[in-house]
Amino acid sequence: MRILGRYFRGYRRESVLAPLFKMLEALLDLLVPIFVAWMIDTDIRAGGMDRVVWYFAALLGLALLGLGFSVVAQFFAAKASVGFTGALRQALFDHIQTFSHGELDRLGGDMLITCLADDTNQVQTGLNMSLRLLLRSPFIVFGGMAAAFAINVRCGLVFLVAIPVLFTVIFLIMKWSIPLFGRVQAGLDKVTALTRENLTGVRVIRAFCREAGAVEEFEVSNKGLTRLNLQVGRLSALMNPLTYVLINIAAVVLIQQSAMEVELGALPQGQVVALYNYILQITVELIKLASLIITLNKSVACAKRTAQILQVQPAMTYPAQDAPEPQPGAPAIAFEDVSFTYPGAGGPSLSHITFSVGEGQTVGVIGGTGSGKSTLVNLIQRAYDPTQGVVLLRGQRADTLSRQQLCQMVGVVPQRAMLFQGTIRENLAWGKEDATEEEMWRALTLAQARQVVEEKPGGLDFHLEPGGRNLSGGQRQRLTIARAVVKRPDILILDDSSSALDYATDAALRRALYDRAERTTTVLVSQRIASVRQADLILVLDNGALVGAGTHEQLLEQCPVYRGIYDSQVPEEPQAAGITGGVQA
Amino acid sequence: MNTQEQYSGGTGSSLKKLLPFVGRRWPVLALSVVLAAVSVVLQLYVPILFGDAIDQITEEGVHFALLWDYLRKILLLVGISSVCVWLMNLCNNHLTFHVVEEIRSKAIAHLQKLPLSYLDRHSPGDLVSRMITDTDVLSDGLLLGLTQLFAGVMTVVVTLYFMFTKNLWISLLVVLLTPVSFVVARLIASRSFQLFRKQSQVRGEQTALIDEMIGGQKVVRAFGYEQRASQRFAQVNEALMDASQRAIFCSSLTNPVTRFVNGVIYAGVALVGVMLIPGGSLTVGGLSVMLAYANQYMKPFNDISSVVTELQNAMACASRVFALLEEPEERRDGTAEMAPVQGVVEMENVCFSYQPSRPLIEGFHLRVEPGMRVAIVGPTGCGKTTLINLIMRFYEVNSGVIRVDGAPIASLPRHSLRRSFGMVLQDTWLKSGTVRDNIRFGRPEASEEEVIEAAKAAHCWDFIQRLPQGLDTVLTEDSLSQGQKQLLCIARVMLCRPPMLILDEATSSIDTRTEVLVQQAFDALMEGRTSFVVAHRLSTVRDASLILVMKDGAIVEQGRHQELLEAGGAYSKLYHSQFQPSQEGEAV
Repeated sequence: MRILGRYFRGYRRESVLAPLFKMLEALLDLLVPIFVAWMIDTDIRAGGMDRVVWYFAALLGLALLGLGFSVVAQFFAAKASVGFTGALRQALFDHIQTFSHGELDRLGGDMLITCLADDTNQVQTGLNMSLRLLLRSPFIVFGGMAAAFAINVRCGLVFLVAIPVLFTVIFLIMKWSIPLFGRVQAGLDKVTALTRENLTGVRVIRAFCREAGAVEEFEVSNKGLTRLNLQVGRLSALMNPLTYVLINIAAVVLIQQSAMEVELGALPQGQVVALYNYILQITVELIKLASLIITLNKSVACAKRTAQILQVQPAMTYPAQDAPEPQPGAPAIAFEDVSFTYPGAGGPSLSHITFSVGEGQTVGVIGGTGSGKSTLVNLIQRAYDPTQGVVLLRGQRADTLSRQQLCQMVGVVPQRAMLFQGTIRENLAWGKEDATEEEMWRALTLAQARQVVEEKPGGLDFHLEPGGRNLSGGQRQRLTIARAVVKRPDILILDDSSSALDYATDAALRRALYDRAERTTTVLVSQRIASVRQADLILVLDNGALVGAGTHEQLLEQCPVYRGIYDSQVPEEPQAAGITGGVQA
Repeated sequence: MNTQEQYSGGTGSSLKKLLPFVGRRWPVLALSVVLAAVSVVLQLYVPILFGDAIDQITEEGVHFALLWDYLRKILLLVGISSVCVWLMNLCNNHLTFHVVEEIRSKAIAHLQKLPLSYLDRHSPGDLVSRMITDTDVLSDGLLLGLTQLFAGVMTVVVTLYFMFTKNLWISLLVVLLTPVSFVVARLIASRSFQLFRKQSQVRGEQTALIDEMIGGQKVVRAFGYEQRASQRFAQVNEALMDASQRAIFCSSLTNPVTRFVNGVIYAGVALVGVMLIPGGSLTVGGLSVMLAYANQYMKPFNDISSVVTELQNAMACASRVFALLEEPEERRDGTAEMAPVQGVVEMENVCFSYQPSRPLIEGFHLRVEPGMRVAIVGPTGCGKTTLINLIMRFYEVNSGVIRVDGAPIASLPRHSLRRSFGMVLQDTWLKSGTVRDNIRFGRPEASEEEVIEAAKAAHCWDFIQRLPQGLDTVLTEDSLSQGQKQLLCIARVMLCRPPMLILDEATSSIDTRTEVLVQQAFDALMEGRTSFVVAHRLSTVRDASLILVMKDGAIVEQGRHQELLEAGGAYSKLYHSQFQPSQEGEAV
């Protein structure tokens, strides 16, 4: 939590002044009963009318001054809490930008989003409330007690006993109910998840005629939630009546005590009213304090989570200095005995991979689901560092390249086509900030997306909704390819990124990639033989091992795994002479 | 798309719809009201007793006997009223939580009967928020309304009564001045409402940006977009800070201002009271009562006004919930008996469109004989999936008729119809729960052996064994790869052994080698049974007994693989594009 302290920078003054002015206001509040007592004890018939009017004016003055102080306090509190939270949110966002894939996998996008969007908000509310009330309420409580002591010591003793008892009761009830609130939240989460499941799975549920089962399961959680709610309700239902009883017992004892003091002549009658008023004021503040603590409890949990994220150090660092210019003639990509195990995974996803790709070559990567294709891609773009072995890009170790160099060198088209809200132009500029219109069109043409964009109203300025959801899957995929091509990277990776394209478009795209004048090193990951068969080098992965490397023809002869894939996809192609043992219809 | 939905009626009508839910529990409600009334009267009477007690304390001498009498009475009344409040709280909890439970349970049951056309039109997020968030707000509003609205009104009335019996002039003073604070509070509230609206609008923008950037963080990194993202965030963050500060400051003025007005009233009461005491029309104790009331009198007003906003909010949410509950259900189920399925599926002159303005399927004819494997191919959006929606009766045809074994499907019970089809979709939905729960989703009573057999047939037994708890592993969002999920979906169907099968791109995420194996399992399963296969990969449709090539909602070609290839039409073009490189003379 201490790490959060630094975001007060620039708001230190406000965060001191806000509670300070609040305390001044509270002090004025505490003076009110005293003035009223003096008023009552003034004998009007003995010509005290002037003094009464003066007291009245003083009361008005106190109210006005109190208003002024508290407006100032609210202003500073708003400024400090909003300023602090704004700085925190920005820092959090910037910090997340430094995370590598490892941290992102571990923390999960949903959690980070919740933290940024909701938790920080909760922190802001909590901070604002604390600045305003955290000092004021105890100040009134203890100030009231002090004032009572000043009026009469023995009456003050009643306060001294009553206040700790009240505090204890309030805190005990909260201590017991806070964990229950957590369970209620968990119960609600469960009901929410079931509702969502019912909606997203509606076709399956209906196809399998499981409507009744779904309702039944929901009912169990629904009833459980009600039970939990009632349980918490029973506890918090006690809070008000219990404090009410206690405060009134205190008041009764107080009146009795002050009666004796008056009888002894140690206390004027007006002061009894003042004492009674103090007890009432304290009640109000204690109740405010209780609700404040509930809010704070939530905020502190959120603040802790935020602090935890801020403390996560990205496991991967990049040299600040650019690596020296690559040696000419060095292979574009080289793996030397590379193995990789995902953190927490049981076994390696890639083991002992060695290969090298010459500059300008096209390399195909093929293999089944879970064979390690995507991991290989992740290692080339240094999303992860290999557990063992070395990855070289254009002759340089990948981990000696600076962030910019790496980013410029490798362009990726991810499996999941992801676009962002904004115009097509803005999306393409992700690849190259200052790309010209001509560069954009060239990239779009290559990616077979020229027609898509031309048909949209506004062309390049066509506005995409979040996630690009106003485009079809195939259109999105082509635009993500264009986005990577605009960048003109030395190494272009297409990670199974033509799955949503129909065959004709896919074929045209592949032809365009092979026919390009500037021969960028291209990595084509696919499950389809047709996508990779033209490649200069085809890598065949099976269960994380490299079981074949070579051209289509070489592999057909030498690599049984490749043969198996080929047979499953192209069983009856007449040209494929000699391959008759495959699956027949 | 119908986004501008009309929520039936305003606050009043929502309240009326809510009434039956509350009314069914009227004894609890009545008890709550009585308890509230009793506790309010008692709690307001207590200050009077305190005043009387204070009056026994005079500098001339204290009447201890009377004093103790009053104090004992106070303790008794305080005790009774506390018990009342406690019981009232319990009543209110009981009422609200059970009402919400009932609404949710009605909603989930209703959901099962809503037509898919409605569910497809509304995002799951929207419907979830109606069922969860809106009912929550409704319950909070209801609870607050019950506890505070009635008690608030009671408090005002009883306070006025007690005040006027104590002293006319002071009461008049309080009654005349309080509206000032009320008006000021309303002014601030309406101003801050606008500022809060502005704030939530900016916050919405920020959340959208966060969703995109953090959700796509890996892409952000791959393109080195971090700094640009950060700048964009800073921009909207600044705007949010500005809006937040204004809104928070403005709304936080309510308390000081009302406190100020209260302070003025308080001073006024004290002044008038002190002037009245010598005349004997008011005692010191009486004044202390008036001061206490002057403090309390304001509170219910603020409470009531906040409760009214809260209630309005709750009713707005209620109207969204009730709109869902009142959405008409699917057309009534057929009742015809269904004999063991032979597998004849006919479509006669079927017309269908999602929107009347954009006709999709028109005059569609099809006859499928038992045991045929029908493959449907064609570009995205040509109506392949729609055809399946119609056969499964997820959607109703606009005109024409679909028959299974000669019986129009509209005349059959939906469950009988759907049980006769096994369906695997591209969207690999699994329920949260164990692997076992998922495999026997369609047949919860299936034995362990049957589950394992189905898992083996779908080629997922290997990876299931490798999971930490095997069949008992609880699935989470990321515990399986897309392909593994799809295999589980297939196992789910294998277990049911349905008489007909629908595969909608069912093997799109499975690698081709496994796909061949799964296909063999399907072949074994489908031996002699009718099946429909929507496929992207032409290689998987080659063996079909009938291939339908669809375009723009119509069949443009149909026949067997070889015939269609020889015909050289749309199918042949699609098929060859897959192997184009080899046709261009790549050496083999």
